[in-house]
Amino acid sequence: MEERGMNTRIQKLRKSSLEAVASIDMERAKYFTETYKKYEGSVSIPELRAMALKNYFSKKTLYIGEGELIVGEKGCKPQAAPTFPDLCCHTVDDLHVMNDRELISFKVADEDYSFQENEIIPYWENRSIRQIILKHMTPEWKKVYEAGIFTEFMEQRGPGHTVGSENIYNKGFLEYKSDIEKTLENLDYINDMEALEKEHQLKAMMIACDAIIILATRYADYAQKLAAEENDEKRKKELIAIAENCRVVPANKPKNYWQAIQMYWFCHLGVTSELNPWDAYSPGRLDQHLIRFYDNDISEGILTRDEAKELLECLWVKFNNQPAPPKVGITLKESSTYTDFANINTGGITPEGKDGVNDVSYLILECMDEMKLLQPSSNVQISKKTPQTFLKKACEISRKGWGQPAFYNTEAIVQELLNAGKTIADARKGGTSGCVETGAFGNEAYILTGYFNIPKIFELTLFDGYDNMSKQQLGPHTGKAEDFKSYGELWDAFTKQIDYFLDLKIRGNLVIEKIYATQMPVPFLSILTNDCIGRGKDYNAGGARYNTSYIQGVGIGTITDCLAAIKYNVFDQKKFNMSELLDALKANFEGYEKIYNLVSNKTPKYGNDDDYADDIMKSVFTMYRDKVTGRKNIRGGEFRINMLPTTCHVYFGDVMIASANGRLAHKPVSEGISPEKGADVNGPTAVVKSCSKMDHLSTGGTLLNQKFTPSVVAGEEGLAQMANLIRTYFNLDGHHIQFNVIDRETLIKAQQNPEEYKDLIVRVAGYSDHFRNLSKALQDEIIERTEQSFA
Amino acid sequence: MITNIQKYSIHDGEGIRTTIFFKGCPLKCSWCHNPETQSFETEFFHYDQRCVGCGKCGGKYYEDCVNNAWEICGREITAKELCNEVQKDQAFYETSGGGVTLSGGEVLAQDISFIVGLLQNLKIRGIEVNIDTCGYVDFSRFEAVLPYTKSFLYDLKLMDADKHKKYTGVDNNLILENLKKLSENKASIWVRIPVIGGVNDTNKNMVETAEFIKSNDINPEHIHLLPYHNTGCSKYQQLGKKYDGSFTTPSKEKLEEYRRIFESHGLTNIYIGG
Repeated sequence: MEERGMNTRIQKLRKSSLEAVASIDMERAKYFTETYKKYEGSVSIPELRAMALKNYFSKKTLYIGEGELIVGEKGCKPQAAPTFPDLCCHTVDDLHVMNDRELISFKVADEDYSFQENEIIPYWENRSIRQIILKHMTPEWKKVYEAGIFTEFMEQRGPGHTVGSENIYNKGFLEYKSDIEKTLENLDYINDMEALEKEHQLKAMMIACDAIIILATRYADYAQKLAAEENDEKRKKELIAIAENCRVVPANKPKNYWQAIQMYWFCHLGVTSELNPWDAYSPGRLDQHLIRFYDNDISEGILTRDEAKELLECLWVKFNNQPAPPKVGITLKESSTYTDFANINTGGITPEGKDGVNDVSYLILECMDEMKLLQPSSNVQISKKTPQTFLKKACEISRKGWGQPAFYNTEAIVQELLNAGKTIADARKGGTSGCVETGAFGNEAYILTGYFNIPKIFELTLFDGYDNMSKQQLGPHTGKAEDFKSYGELWDAFTKQIDYFLDLKIRGNLVIEKIYATQMPVPFLSILTNDCIGRGKDYNAGGARYNTSYIQGVGIGTITDCLAAIKYNVFDQKKFNMSELLDALKANFEGYEKIYNLVSNKTPKYGNDDDYADDIMKSVFTMYRDKVTGRKNIRGGEFRINMLPTTCHVYFGDVMIASANGRLAHKPVSEGISPEKGADVNGPTAVVKSCSKMDHLSTGGTLLNQKFTPSVVAGEEGLAQMANLIRTYFNLDGHHIQFNVIDRETLIKAQQNPEEYKDLIVRVAGYSDHFRNLSKALQDEIIERTEQSFA
Repeated sequence: MITNIQKYSIHDGEGIRTTIFFKGCPLKCSWCHNPETQSFETEFFHYDQRCVGCGKCGGKYYEDCVNNAWEICGREITAKELCNEVQKDQAFYETSGGGVTLSGGEVLAQDISFIVGLLQNLKIRGIEVNIDTCGYVDFSRFEAVLPYTKSFLYDLKLMDADKHKKYTGVDNNLILENLKKLSENKASIWVRIPVIGGVNDTNKNMVETAEFIKSNDINPEHIHLLPYHNTGCSKYQQLGKKYDGSFTTPSKEKLEEYRRIFESHGLTNIYIGG
């Protein structure tokens, strides 16, 4: 394995993080179940949840690794993944699947099978939130869900995201306790009809404060004990310092840079142990938060630049030590990543609107480059004020080919947040998390609810709501496509189908939101999120300052090209008629080579800066956005859209027959807002222009992948023009762009000989992953993405 | 007539550019990597790897080929269409200091009033244009485009007149004379020397080129040594033409040596590659 990291300590930590075998850790399940069994029914649900967390943090196994400077693990050791039976309960079969499979496996200890079977399953199988959710979904919902029209985010993980804000560094949990007490004292039981619920919630927050302080105190004692046993003087001093840090934070606010990072890490452990929210928890604008500690410590002479970087690299190892919680059932079988999507934003602007690039920003870039780890996912925010040096430095790392950092447009993020009703002060502190999702960090619960398969709904439209794949009527009857006299009639039928499926999705979402609000509160996360304490409300019940729900549109490239193919060939040019096309689709184009050639090669397509296709893209985007945006959620906020697929475009394509743009049955649909693979033949500027015709600013994020061959970005000129391409896309209000810089031949070789390419990392969606861990379908999809190369 | 509009072109001048390839050239360089731009007439590409040998086309261009094995090479385009197309990337030119490059083929061998009209339209829009030329046209054509052209990318292939005739089909006298005149007219010039192993990769040719530039007081802003590459060879096959595979790519060491030759003549801004 390649040795990376700034010094021997980091190299060792990094190596052990990468070599540790992922395993299942039953401690959380054990202690949560213990609390639930003892107190369920006798205390309020929020308090019960907080008590369970406190029980876990009071008893869980501690871990301080050799050479570590930042301490704390979610499980009992690196790569140990706690389970969340309170949310979704693994069957014994699930445990066998995760233990036995070759890729993305989790080792299950022998005694854990019987423990799961005898202790966990009997208690949780009918209590887990997943079971409750599935009980409340209608037969229509289930039918449509199983046919792959949409996915549901909350059946296996808790609502997210929220990202850490400056709060983490400004207050200790003792101070939070006094804030909570004040709200408790001021509760008005006469006029406020929700006073009792608020009392329960606030008391739960108090318990959650104690939980994290207990965990830290235990770490302090443990470090002190290790220090006493340590013979090496240098390490002894470090352990004493760690103990001291853990006595200061999180009970109190951090006094220095080292403690600030440790403070974040304790908060991370609190949020991700309480529940398993999407997408973990993120430090957000880390450079903005750390700079005052950095400046202060440097000027006091208690920190050097190298020490500051070393502590960051220790934090990177911590992120990498936490695999994403393993799923259950089919989702477990299909999931192909350890990545938990924690995301760090670097650069951007300050709360006052000035350029935010500072000394820590450059340290983070160096750390990202030196560590080359999948977790945390790292990105840069580029504003008009960002120095070219910073942008080019980020490009230099990006062109190495493994997908980090991704690039985000600060002005777009701010505008998106303003459009969604945030204040300018909150907008400037915001950023992106997960893959590309825009949020007001520390102030917003922005909940992704599931992917929406737009091309599949168009497929159903062509067959009057009938699904040729699952052989059943799924949608309403909107007319036979053969009878449509115009493109307008086809469009009307399509929008009626969208209405139907969107209503089904939103009905499900509202029920699920209510279940979380009442039965799965997250008091710890609520402490960290403004304004849950003041409102006495949980994060999952509308306590946050802003409450948004998202439905992620997938396949804009495919649907655009399908509509263009029909408009152009059937209605405008009359090259063939609708019933010939439908026969061709059902036959997967076999025997219909002429039609296949026309729709594949001789039709205007999205991604070429051609208004014929791009106007269609705009009409689909606008229709979808307008149908979703503004609908009410149960937390007092609204639904909005974003345009990202993670890896869902592969699954969504798999449930589809051939489509009118020449995409064959079961092949992936287009990803993010990128054009359909191979459809963009006019180079990256045309792609960027086409994509920028979408109104990014009315979304909560869009994802654009570009694949370059190494020669395109080689040399000073290649680097400069890569930076200019990004700048121009952002001038045109693009939200995000990321790069895979790798040639097709290398990917094909890596697919054939995975053992020789163990370290090969590629950009997938808003995250990077090991190529060899991806499913064959996803590997093929990445290989087939249009490669921009020039003679 | 054009063959291609290449966007995100980053090796034909400064910044992000759009390069337009015009069809037809007075030279017939035997190493040409864009052989489809030599003839002024429409031609057809045949892609063997797509062809299933069904025979329906009878070996001629066949529009309805279901495998898309035939493609037309060369299309007529109006100046307005061309102007609209290149204008689409204006945002990129402005960020990067780029613009449009007219290339070919030989752009100055086209209908010159068409070219001047295009240049005028682009100038009004603030889009800067470079002209990539072999130099083998009447000087009046240079004079016509001079007011609208930012830089001329001027090819100097071979100083030896006989060899030039042998490999390109034409004499180099006109080319050299035009370069002198262009320089006298204070045009911005980038001299581009394709370095073709087996043709012009000799110290003698490089010394003579450098001496010519120096002795005629030509002050090129850049001099580019462009190593030969064989990426065009598949196009010969697609066009049904024979490809002379005897040319070789010069080594890095050789290219460095040539760079030093130019430097030793007091010339600066010598680049290897675009």
